[in-house]
Amino acid sequence: MHPAYSVILFTTASGAGYGLLALVSLLALLGVIPPERWLGVALFGIAFFLVTLGLLSSTFHLGRPERAWRAFSQWRSSWLSREGVIAAFTYIPAGLFALGWVVFGNISPPWNIAGWLTCLCAIATVWCTGMIYASLKTIPQWHQPLVAPLYLFLAVASGGVLLNMVLRLFDRPADIAGGIALAGLAGAFLTKFLYWRSIDTASDTHTAEQATGLGTFGKVRQLEPPHSQPNYVMREMGFTVARKHAVRLRFLAVLFGFVLPIAATTFVLALDASVGLSIATSVLAFTSMAIGMIIERWLFFAEARHVVTLYYGAQTA
Amino acid sequence: MQPEVATSEPIGDEIKTTTCYMCACRCGIKVHLKDGAVKYIEGNRDHPVNRGVLCGKGAAGIMQHNSPARLSSPLLRVGPRGSGEFREISWEEALKTASQWLGEVRDRDPRKMAFFTGRDQSQSLTGFWAIQYGTPNYAAHGGFCSVNMAAAGLYTFGGAFWEFGDPDWEHTRYFMMFGVAEDHASNPIKIGIGKLKNKGAKFVAVNPVRTGYTAIADEWVGIRPGTDGLFVAALIHELIKAQKIDIDYQVRYTNAPWLVIKNEGGADDGLFARDDQGNPLAYDKNKKQLVNAMSGDIAPALSGEFELSNGCKAVPALQLLIERYASEEYAPGAVAEETGVPADDIRRIAAELAHAAFEEEVVLDVPWTDWAGRKHDKMIGRPVSMHAMRGISAHSNGFHTCRLIHILQILLGSIDCPGGFRYKSPYPKQTPPWLKPFGKAGQVAPREPLGGPHLGFPTGPEDLLVDDNNQPQRIDKAFSWDAPLAAHGMMHMVIANAAKGDPYPIDVLFMYMANMGWNSSMNVPDTLENLTAKDPKTGEYKIPKIIYSDAYYSETVPYADLILPDTTYLERWDCISLLDRPISEADGPADSIRQPVTEPDRDVRPFQEVLIDLGVRLGLPGFVNEDGNAKYPGGYPDYIVNHERKPGMGPLAGWRGENGESFGKGKPNPDQLKKYIENGCFWFHELEPNQRYFKHANKHYLDFAVDMGFRLSPTPVVFQLYLETLQKFRLAAAGHGTAVPPEKHRKRIKTYFDPLPFWYPPMEGEMLESEDFPLYAITQRPMHMYHSWGSQNAWLRQITAQNRLYMNRLRAEELGISDDDWVWISSHVGRVRAQVMTMDGVNPDTVWTWNAIGKRKGAWMLDEDAPESTRGFLLNHLISELLPERGGGYRYSNSDPVTGQAAWYDLRIKIEKVSGKVTQETSPMFEPVGTPLDIDMPDVLRFGAQFKDPDENAGKRK
Amino acid sequence: MTMLPEKTDKKLGLVIDLDICVGCQACVTSCKEWNTSGYSAPLTDIDPYGADPHGTWLNRVHGYEAGEGREGRTVHFPRSCLHCEEPACVTVCPTGASYKREEDGIVLVNPDTCIGCKLCSWACPYGAREYDYAEGVMKKCTLCVDRIYNDTIPEEDRIPACVRACPTSARHFGDLGDPESDVSKLVAKREGYDLMPEMGYKPVNKYLPPRPARDGRSSAGAPARLSEPQHTQPGTGTTSTADKFFAWADTVLSR
Ligand SMILES: Nc1nc2c(c(=O)[nH]1)N[C@H]1C(S)=C(S)[C@@H](COP(=O)(O)OP(=O)(O)OC[C@H]3O[C@@H](n4cnc5c(=O)[nH]c(N)nc54)[C@H](O)[C@@H]3O)O[C@H]1N2
Ligand SMILES: Nc1nc2c(c(=O)[nH]1)N[C@H]1C(S)=C(S)[C@@H](COP(=O)(O)OP(=O)(O)OC[C@H]3O[C@@H](n4cnc5c(=O)[nH]c(N)nc54)[C@H](O)[C@@H]3O)O[C@H]1N2
Ligand code: SF4
Ligand code: SF4
Ligand code: SF4
Ligand code: SF4
Ligand code: SF4
Ligand SMILES: [Mo]
Repeated sequence: MHPAYSVILFTTASGAGYGLLALVSLLALLGVIPPERWLGVALFGIAFFLVTLGLLSSTFHLGRPERAWRAFSQWRSSWLSREGVIAAFTYIPAGLFALGWVVFGNISPPWNIAGWLTCLCAIATVWCTGMIYASLKTIPQWHQPLVAPLYLFLAVASGGVLLNMVLRLFDRPADIAGGIALAGLAGAFLTKFLYWRSIDTASDTHTAEQATGLGTFGKVRQLEPPHSQPNYVMREMGFTVARKHAVRLRFLAVLFGFVLPIAATTFVLALDASVGLSIATSVLAFTSMAIGMIIERWLFFAEARHVVTLYYGAQTA
Repeated sequence: MQPEVATSEPIGDEIKTTTCYMCACRCGIKVHLKDGAVKYIEGNRDHPVNRGVLCGKGAAGIMQHNSPARLSSPLLRVGPRGSGEFREISWEEALKTASQWLGEVRDRDPRKMAFFTGRDQSQSLTGFWAIQYGTPNYAAHGGFCSVNMAAAGLYTFGGAFWEFGDPDWEHTRYFMMFGVAEDHASNPIKIGIGKLKNKGAKFVAVNPVRTGYTAIADEWVGIRPGTDGLFVAALIHELIKAQKIDIDYQVRYTNAPWLVIKNEGGADDGLFARDDQGNPLAYDKNKKQLVNAMSGDIAPALSGEFELSNGCKAVPALQLLIERYASEEYAPGAVAEETGVPADDIRRIAAELAHAAFEEEVVLDVPWTDWAGRKHDKMIGRPVSMHAMRGISAHSNGFHTCRLIHILQILLGSIDCPGGFRYKSPYPKQTPPWLKPFGKAGQVAPREPLGGPHLGFPTGPEDLLVDDNNQPQRIDKAFSWDAPLAAHGMMHMVIANAAKGDPYPIDVLFMYMANMGWNSSMNVPDTLENLTAKDPKTGEYKIPKIIYSDAYYSETVPYADLILPDTTYLERWDCISLLDRPISEADGPADSIRQPVTEPDRDVRPFQEVLIDLGVRLGLPGFVNEDGNAKYPGGYPDYIVNHERKPGMGPLAGWRGENGESFGKGKPNPDQLKKYIENGCFWFHELEPNQRYFKHANKHYLDFAVDMGFRLSPTPVVFQLYLETLQKFRLAAAGHGTAVPPEKHRKRIKTYFDPLPFWYPPMEGEMLESEDFPLYAITQRPMHMYHSWGSQNAWLRQITAQNRLYMNRLRAEELGISDDDWVWISSHVGRVRAQVMTMDGVNPDTVWTWNAIGKRKGAWMLDEDAPESTRGFLLNHLISELLPERGGGYRYSNSDPVTGQAAWYDLRIKIEKVSGKVTQETSPMFEPVGTPLDIDMPDVLRFGAQFKDPDENAGKRK
Repeated sequence: MTMLPEKTDKKLGLVIDLDICVGCQACVTSCKEWNTSGYSAPLTDIDPYGADPHGTWLNRVHGYEAGEGREGRTVHFPRSCLHCEEPACVTVCPTGASYKREEDGIVLVNPDTCIGCKLCSWACPYGAREYDYAEGVMKKCTLCVDRIYNDTIPEEDRIPACVRACPTSARHFGDLGDPESDVSKLVAKREGYDLMPEMGYKPVNKYLPPRPARDGRSSAGAPARLSEPQHTQPGTGTTSTADKFFAWADTVLSR
């Protein structure tokens, strides 16, 4: 699949944003994070920024952004619509919760209802994002039970690393936040590892012979594509990444997305370093994670092979 | 809620019928117009050619009509040739200039004007014009297209594959197709193949490449190029051995019983024995005497040796034929290796042919009467049909190979019988048609029309257009000893000969609708050189003046001096005449017109109008009255209606007579065009059931053909198994008679003018060391492109904007070549860099590509980095117009030695993978041509939007 | 309206005969020609005269080779929307622009409400949806909905443009939901098949497989080779093929 930058930005930014929202509301409700005004401003500001950036960038991807509102209508069948609906809806509880926190300095009942809702909606949004991909039978690399959890873990991990960083910046370190970040990272790493193993070992389920129904004659090969320059279908769905390239990128994704953030976060948690050093380290963790996420997401697209390529010369998909 | 969809929008506000010209098939179309603009084109269901269907090109006609490469006004060259620097001029200036150039030559020496036309369908007008002008140098593109097949057919059975006949799609049980990718009868063949496959008939395709029609054949015979003759001869061999020949048919319709004189060394050796009236003789077994072979009621001997009155011996023609093909030389086992077709397959196919012909007889309960008045209560058919085209014709052995195919058909009894191959009117003609070429030395004089048509069918050396010194009289050397039966001229030689002044220089080259500076010339680099070569003494171009009519900015336009821009096919009158290459069907004659469905928005004129105008300005007899006034003041429509070739016979056969009461012959009808338009722009006369088969010998058909003016007499057509005409040339080569070839031509004439067809290897290969050039290279027409025209079409070029060199996967592996690799393709004249695609369905010794996709940079208004120019390539750069140099002797043209047909597919090449750093671009890369057109090229085309929203301007020219 | 209708009254669709498709592209350009000024107008072309020409087409023809050697075939393979019964291209659509019609099963995109998110094209296994870059909306085969019910054109022409144009008659149109329809009978007779049935989209369009080759592996009712009969006239004792041939010819002619 063609890795469109708007979609990469959308999914990574909104993933981190919703992850952050979910963790902030949860940990605040559990009393781990103090509902201090400026901390709230920062956390909600960053979360809203990321979420909004993601949503906006997803509309850049649209051919008719001015009609984007129509996407809220088909929640009964469409994961994309559901995602849109919940994503947009999340602004309400999240806004109320932020209001209680930042303006009234209050997150106890009834504000806490908004908090719990924020947490739930954020998680649901990320789940929907994952399901958009996971529900596509046409792309075996996505049509996997691991995909939605992966999105969730990555959201928790990136949200956690981000939260950890902000807390450090405000000098309100919370080991639990760090722990959650670590757990998210580890979970995401594990899921991603399993995901890669799964797509690497899965034998392709679809073949050019099936796609054309011509297997009775033998192996099917493309002789002439219907057009000598690539068409939309090939531009959008015919993108492939060379195996060698993919391996290198996976390494970088793991290094930046998991290894460095885990190491940095562990370092911060385990060692009683100076404030300056732990801030620097958590910033490093976040930056590295962001780079890693973008590579991971690029690969998520680039390594996905659509069955339609079977009509355009691919032997299997 | 489900939205409401408007499902009943009218297509447009007006429908006009006309004839498609996205190719030469000439289907009937209905053009839907909205506010005067062409919106939608569909097939005309009533039309006999396409019965409503359309092809890939026809449905893309709108984009041709709106092409940005359309010329927009007459142009006069100002820069050097090839630069594309022109000055726009008025029509008055253009016509004045042209008539000055042409008139001056006509007054001095009309030979010095050569008029050659390409893909046009106005040959009856252009030919007539050239006769009136008086030059011997006129021809259309037939000489490089398929004249050897046309001639083989016309000399053998008075018809031809080409457009002159069709398989009986309805009844055939076994259909063999040789070397066809698309052909002129584009839609009819598709309709027919679809039909016969659904009827369960067997379809065998003989073709080195398995694509297109061949792809859907029930059996693919992946023959090695140029060896069909051997394959067919082996089939004949098998049939003879098994005595599976329709012997009655041979007696009834062929010259099988005609006695051939055996008089070795004599001046009559190999000629038919004739009586005093010139009738051929046969030996009657009952009467036990020599009889007129043409009388209806004889019992002729088919074998044996008989004594003639002069004491010479003679044998029936069939005996010679049977002896030749019974020879083990043509046994399946003997030809298997050369042809690449396993002997068992040849044997089986022969058995299948015999089975279909003799066990699956088709019987129609239609009584008919033969030429001799004998009544037959049924039409009995041998349902085997064949079709062949450039896979046969584009080889130097195509004439004889095609004759072999016809002989196979005849031996099976399958010409014009139910289920067989059927003639289309005006065919059958006599074998050959009674038409001799004009243009001998004495027939050409200043300001005088030529006494008759340029193109015809010589029946002996005396008909050649050579002077007393055997010098060719035509610039293309057609009808000379180089190519005696060049019945369609040799357009591929004109530019090279003119530049060399061989046989003489010319002053004006006048061309119409032929992209001779690119895809229709052999050896493009040399052709461009010839077009720009200057005489060092005078500094003048060696071809001093070139006038050209094109409708688009093709590669040839920049090489001409004066451009007469034509309209598109939707903007003019045209006439598809029975005097020309007609659109008839096997069930009856047909002709048609084009009417302008919309007005040109540019300063262009239909070429026919221009030609008539020039005719008037030059005062050509056929175009002016005694008083010098225009004979057809109404221009081309006036000519179509009122011109009479012979009394009562004009360009159109339908609705003749003052009130449109007759057809075929009749007075001009002032309302004729109106009648055509009312009828969908065509006329079709369905033959009576008893006229539809055995037209070569069917009394009712022959009488009808005489009435229509198709034939001069109702005498039957006798199939010429043994072709005496060729023997006459052979005798001349042996020194007999008055017209004798010069020494240097004798051996060649002796070899190739064999009255019985034989197979010889394609000539280019024979003259090269085959190890140096081990592969055969051929082209195929893509069904969705017409020669060079398609690439300017925004829709069609999206389908194919670049061509690949296709080669056999296993062979490629041996050479270390795989998909997408770039290779050098080298022939004895040059090399081309191209990108490879491997495939399974191609003969291992063959490589091929799509024809005419490669484009010169700057032509056709395509961007210079268009894939057509950067990656598209032509094989033409590698095809020599002359045979390889050997021993420094005379270099014949790279053509069929009998007919002068260009031997495009004899090309032998070798392939090497490009080593080192690979330039992902084709080579040779010629300088871009400049363009005189000033057009804003659209980045996005939104055709169709304007019909929804009239303010919209769908990328139309400014 | 991206919930699929429970059932459709008809299942209109195409039947494509791979045995006689010659790959002529008539269905491709006639589809383009009709639809560029029809329901989906315009079908935009980008860089039409430049280095990278591409555009929106609702029907395309592929060329494949299947098998090798004697078993091998070249197959032309037209591909357009199959108007699936369970098409995820519809259910994934967030706007309802993509929908399946209840009355005839035609799958359409509403060009006025599509936001161009392209998700439907990801969900289609058959590559039948093409995004119009210039218009910003998704386009696809409409089954010529603006022809087949169009009472401003003659009844016999109320068939899709591609079917109307196809010169070999490789394309058929009809109600595949009605077992008695011509198309259903054709599919039954020729063992028409679904593309990628394992995807579960239940395509309505059917493909008729190429018929098996009839070369050396199957007989056309004829023997594998002809035998050489003996026709020796009494007393002549001839042996050569030509002599035997004429001996035979004589008997035939004197019958
Ligand atoms: N779409 C389209 N239609 C056209 C044209 C066009 O440009 N485009 N051009 C028109 C013109 S001018 C002409 S002359 C006709 C020509 O019509 P075709 O004869 O169909 O033309 P080609 O494409 O040259 O096809 C020649 C075929 O012969 C095969 N072949 C080559 N060598 C041999 C051989 O030695 N033996 C055998 N058995 N086969 C061989 C090639 O593989 C190819 O399939 O088409 C006309 N129709
Ligand atoms: N390698 C290779 N070369 C071949 C062949 C091959 O098979 N292989 N085939 C050969 C054969 S058989 C043929 S017939 C030739 C064909 O070759 P050409 O006769 O050169 O045919 P086109 O390329 O179609 O060029 C015709 C010219 O007519 C112009 N034209 C189009 N429409 C109109 C119009 O309405 N009016 C006017 N005045 N001009 C118009 C076009 O713009 C173009 O410049 O090619 C030959 N060349
Ligand atoms: S075959 Fe196609 S291009 Fe040729 S005349 Fe017919 S519809 Fe037009
Ligand atoms: S029009 Fe018919 S024969 Fe031509 S490509 Fe389409 S389906 Fe095949
Ligand atoms: S073919 Fe594709 S676009 Fe058409 S209905 Fe099926 S899934 Fe949808
Ligand atoms: S591109 Fe249009 S039709 Fe397709 S899913 Fe998006 S909104 Fe629906
Ligand atoms: S049914 Fe209409 S829209 Fe669909 S492929 Fe055929 S012509 Fe195109
Ligand atoms: Mo031709």
